[in-house]
Amino acid sequence: MKNTIKQVFHSGKFLFGFVIFMFILLTVLIYPLFVTADPLQMIGQGNFFKPGTYVSVEESTLEKSYTLQIPKQFSKLEMVLDVETRAKIQDFLLKQGVAEADIDVTDAEGLVALWKANYDPNTKYKGYTTAKRKALKRLDSQITAAMKDSGVIVAEKDEEGNLQQSKVIKDTDYVNIKDVSKKTFLLGTDNFGRDVLTELVAATKSSLKIGLLAGLIATAIGLLLGLLAGYMGGLADNIIIFITNLFTVIPSFVILILISYSVGDKARGIAMVGIIIGLTSWPWTTRSVRSQVISLRNRDHVNLSKLSGHSMFRIIFTDILPYIASYVVMAMILQISSGILAEAQLSMIGLGPATTKTATLGLMMQWAMQYSAHLNGSWWAYFPVVILIALISFSLNLMNTGMDQVFNPQLRD
Amino acid sequence: MEATANQNQKQTSTDTNKPAPKPCLSGRGLTKVFGVGKVQTVAVDHVDFDFNEGEIISIVGESGSGKTTLSKMLLGLISTTEGTIEYQGKPRDISTNAKKKEYWKNIQPIFQDPFSSYNIFYKIDAVLDDCLNMRGFKNLPEEQKIQMKTEACSFVNLKYAELTNKYPFELSGGQMQRLMIARIFLLKPKILMADEPTSMIDACSRATILDMLLKLRDEINMTIIFITHDIGLAYYISDKVYIMEHGKFVESGTAEDVIINPQADYTKRLISDVPKIYEKWDLDTVVN
Repeated sequence: MKNTIKQVFHSGKFLFGFVIFMFILLTVLIYPLFVTADPLQMIGQGNFFKPGTYVSVEESTLEKSYTLQIPKQFSKLEMVLDVETRAKIQDFLLKQGVAEADIDVTDAEGLVALWKANYDPNTKYKGYTTAKRKALKRLDSQITAAMKDSGVIVAEKDEEGNLQQSKVIKDTDYVNIKDVSKKTFLLGTDNFGRDVLTELVAATKSSLKIGLLAGLIATAIGLLLGLLAGYMGGLADNIIIFITNLFTVIPSFVILILISYSVGDKARGIAMVGIIIGLTSWPWTTRSVRSQVISLRNRDHVNLSKLSGHSMFRIIFTDILPYIASYVVMAMILQISSGILAEAQLSMIGLGPATTKTATLGLMMQWAMQYSAHLNGSWWAYFPVVILIALISFSLNLMNTGMDQVFNPQLRD
Repeated sequence: MEATANQNQKQTSTDTNKPAPKPCLSGRGLTKVFGVGKVQTVAVDHVDFDFNEGEIISIVGESGSGKTTLSKMLLGLISTTEGTIEYQGKPRDISTNAKKKEYWKNIQPIFQDPFSSYNIFYKIDAVLDDCLNMRGFKNLPEEQKIQMKTEACSFVNLKYAELTNKYPFELSGGQMQRLMIARIFLLKPKILMADEPTSMIDACSRATILDMLLKLRDEINMTIIFITHDIGLAYYISDKVYIMEHGKFVESGTAEDVIINPQADYTKRLISDVPKIYEKWDLDTVVN
């Protein structure tokens, strides 16, 4: 036994899968110890905030500021005048009759000078729609604001209700980030304004729970029926294999959908979904366990055990089960993996666990899809989820293959 | 067809010291058919026999002649298609689990492959303890149990103290097979069904094991049914020999009669197939 475990860990494939899986598992277990916030708390007002650190604007303006003479890579003006805006200005100037040779789009200062000379906000330029005229006006005010070097003026109302300038924030003013409140979203926020990372960890935990529950149930049912059918043979075998074939022929995903739907939205918690998936995915375990048991039941040691007067259950559990234990563990790993995938599939079509209670990997995908994260470029809402599902399946399958190599002598290197 | 087999059966002649032989296990028209319809295979075809108490009976035949099927039927591991088996003059009844258990106290096997005869997940002690439990010695004091186990092991030239914490796969094939005999020694069944117990074992261990079977017969008056494809071994060990071909007994009788003076063509062929070196097999030199 000890030797076998040693051998299993000598398999590179198994070790690689094990390390990935353990990393995910430990993250799921340890992360909540440090981040105690409710994973479903809606922090952001609005959807899909970009990943990054958010600092308090109010505190930044009020906090003691430091003057840093850092040459800016882009002046404010350069930032306003991007390639598109320059093209717009050039277009406008050409229409106003400026010679093309005079316009140099690479020279921001010159371009602004030409703009100031030719553009008058009060003139109603012909050949433009109202919307375009407004856009020109906006551009003009942007340029005017960018030309100012006085910075932002902070004003307060005095007793009489008049605004009094209290502070000027210059472009050389900086605050120490330690002095202001901030919040980092490593993976941004989702459509409900929830921290994706925290949600992802909680979702992985729920998905693993569902997978484990489904895997255990499917393996337990499959193992029990497979052992009975394989060992008893005869009528019992025929009945069990008939039922198994029945379940194999009906696409299990359809049953899964029907049961999930009929159970109802409110009753579907993590446990319920796990049980539903487990109850529909046992047939192939039964079939493979049965065939293994059939090849074992006429072995000499089983016959000898029979002749020693042992009961059927004792023979099954001491003389047959240990011989197929490694196989059963491997089958269970695959069942766990397919249970996680089945949950993702179910949740994607809206039949996963009730949405208000928990997050699961499948539910996160569904939310991202419903709020068109894939269309508006919010990759952080779905891509980490996809990666995580893939990693869990990959690591479990890798462990399975590694174990197969150890237990199946034909595959040994 | 079974009539011809009976005609060939010769009377056991010489031994006058022993009382009249009592049939221990008999078969009448015993048949086993595998499969149904067109794919039927008749493994054992209407065989009749009387195995007497305290004798070593060899069943000799080539692979596929139905020897092992017959042994499994006699052990009660597979059902019979037709015919009856009588145990000690009465029809054998193994209809319930309790009756089966009772029957199995009287008949035990040694299988061909010692490596697959053990559950590799349990230590050797468990095998021997099972035997004691089966004989109802479960509540015996521990020292007495150990003494019995030690005795059984020394019967087969094994040291119990060295084995007690070992797993079966830590033993050699010969040791495993000897331990199987120790198991039989502990169980003391009336009948031992030895299904090619020496075919997976080297020649030296083979002689030792045959010697132990003879000892079992002499000391416990065990009836031993020795199944083999090797007619030389059969001659060496048995009182009676049954030659089996395609599920039928083609010839039977005492070892001397059948092998020195074979009647059936099949027997003659089996004898001629034995490698010449076996002709020099000397009873006195092989033992030990």
